[in-house]
Amino acid sequence: MASLIELEEAIGPGEQSLSIPEPPVLVAQSNLTDQPAPSFPARERVYRHRLPLRISHWLNVPCLCILIMSGLQIFNAHPALYWGERSDRDQALLSIRPMQTESGEMKGVTTILGRRFDTTGALGYSNGSGRAFPAWATVPSARWLAMGRQWHLFFAWVFVINGLLFMTYAVISRHVTRDLAPTGKDLRGIGKAVKDHLLFRHPVGEEAKRYNVFQKLAYASILFVVAPLIVLTGLTMSPTIDTAFPWLLTIFGGRQAARTIHFLACFSFVGFIVIHVLQVILTGFLNNIRSMVTGWFVVKHEHEGVSHEV
Amino acid sequence: MKYERAMERRQFLKGTMGAATIMALSGCDNLTQSTWFPSILNKAEKLTERVQRAVTPANALAKEYGEADISKVFPANGNTDPGTGQYAEHVVQNFSEWTLEVVGLVQTPTSWSLAALKELPSRTQITRHDCVEGWSAIGKWTGVPLGDLMRHVQPMPNARYAVFHCADVDDEGISYYESMAVVDCYHPQTILAYELNGAPLDVPHGAPIRLRFERQLGYKHAKYIMRIELVESLAGIGGGKGGYWEDQGYEWYAGI
Repeated sequence: MASLIELEEAIGPGEQSLSIPEPPVLVAQSNLTDQPAPSFPARERVYRHRLPLRISHWLNVPCLCILIMSGLQIFNAHPALYWGERSDRDQALLSIRPMQTESGEMKGVTTILGRRFDTTGALGYSNGSGRAFPAWATVPSARWLAMGRQWHLFFAWVFVINGLLFMTYAVISRHVTRDLAPTGKDLRGIGKAVKDHLLFRHPVGEEAKRYNVFQKLAYASILFVVAPLIVLTGLTMSPTIDTAFPWLLTIFGGRQAARTIHFLACFSFVGFIVIHVLQVILTGFLNNIRSMVTGWFVVKHEHEGVSHEV
Repeated sequence: MKYERAMERRQFLKGTMGAATIMALSGCDNLTQSTWFPSILNKAEKLTERVQRAVTPANALAKEYGEADISKVFPANGNTDPGTGQYAEHVVQNFSEWTLEVVGLVQTPTSWSLAALKELPSRTQITRHDCVEGWSAIGKWTGVPLGDLMRHVQPMPNARYAVFHCADVDDEGISYYESMAVVDCYHPQTILAYELNGAPLDVPHGAPIRLRFERQLGYKHAKYIMRIELVESLAGIGGGKGGYWEDQGYEWYAGI
């Protein structure tokens, strides 16, 4: 890794450039006097993401957006979830439906485990039409199951092929073992990590070169739990795949259960994406984006090089 | 000053992200409306068919369930009554004058009355029906294996598809039809069902016979079948895509 790390000049108003060497006498002088040593906010450039990872990451952006939104379009065709093999309409775990009140007014009603919520305007009834998820959340925006399926099944292939290539690369390049697997030290430091996160304190210096424990756990669970789960439950909804691999029905508890898990996994992705994007913005938006576009990430060493007063 | 700049940056970010979302969304809708983009999306269907056929043994059976698993209500979707005068007459006559014709690229075109079909060896299966909309229902179906009829009529070597012409006509006067690959006609669970849950098939569920094509989605399971035609190409039949729903953008290969 050493060859990949290079020091960069600190450039900024009022900051002394490192490229101007100071005469040794002057340095000695400054040490003798009470003058503060030149501040040293060194910016170290680290090559953080290799090209295959970057391509894979950015392919996932349109893929996931389209898969989620076309998935909601498909869900709208039968806006209810069940457990088991069958969809007995009176046994729904969740349903999102338009309903007419006694006064003739239309309402959107979301029912979760028998509890009813008025979700007019967002779920069940929005912009004058009865539909589970609103037009802004679906692809295509109009109610169109056939086209939603076409988008979904095409990008499902892109997502799966991209995922398989990524996994292969991540294992071979040791990205998994080196960067993603939490170490014992990581796990022991989890208490401090919780505190730091709650205080919006972000790692700097050497610490910032590696993924922190929550990043590792989040990335690893998305890659090794949620993504495989969403693909396998998607396949379990295929009547042909069920005849080829009947054990899929057994492990997920039936086709309708698989559909429910698929939906939950989808919202795990949504949750992950929201937090991920938020963290990208909070921890230095441009630096983060650059590191995922060019690979280079800048780490600030805020206190290194500053001579400490005795 | 620093704070204001941060605010401006935040506003800018919010603005660009909002605009990007709206552009992406209307972009998706524009792509959907174009002719070239859906034809790219369509390529996934062929890939899915190839891969699914490669990983699924030709005679692998769909899961069969027990009596206790049968749905209390088996939804009747799509058309629930063909509504034509001719069909109404068949209903009044209890389908005694109804015949199933198997014609087209076959050595021995044959017609069967409902009684004749019921005399042939039958198969009973409790299977799950998966609708393209997302719901599933379990029912017990009894009928004659389509493979047996195929062995009788002997398709010619160039016959690639079996087309099911149905009695139902939609509000715009378009006749319902469906099609499947000839190779799928021989699957042991592909039957022409005349009973549901031990009772003669009723009108909403496709009387007198409906196709059970267990390894594909519900819209492939044609109801109210009048005639089966073996053909080499689907072009020129209906909208040319191989079925009523296919002509409206649903996949011909409905394995997922």
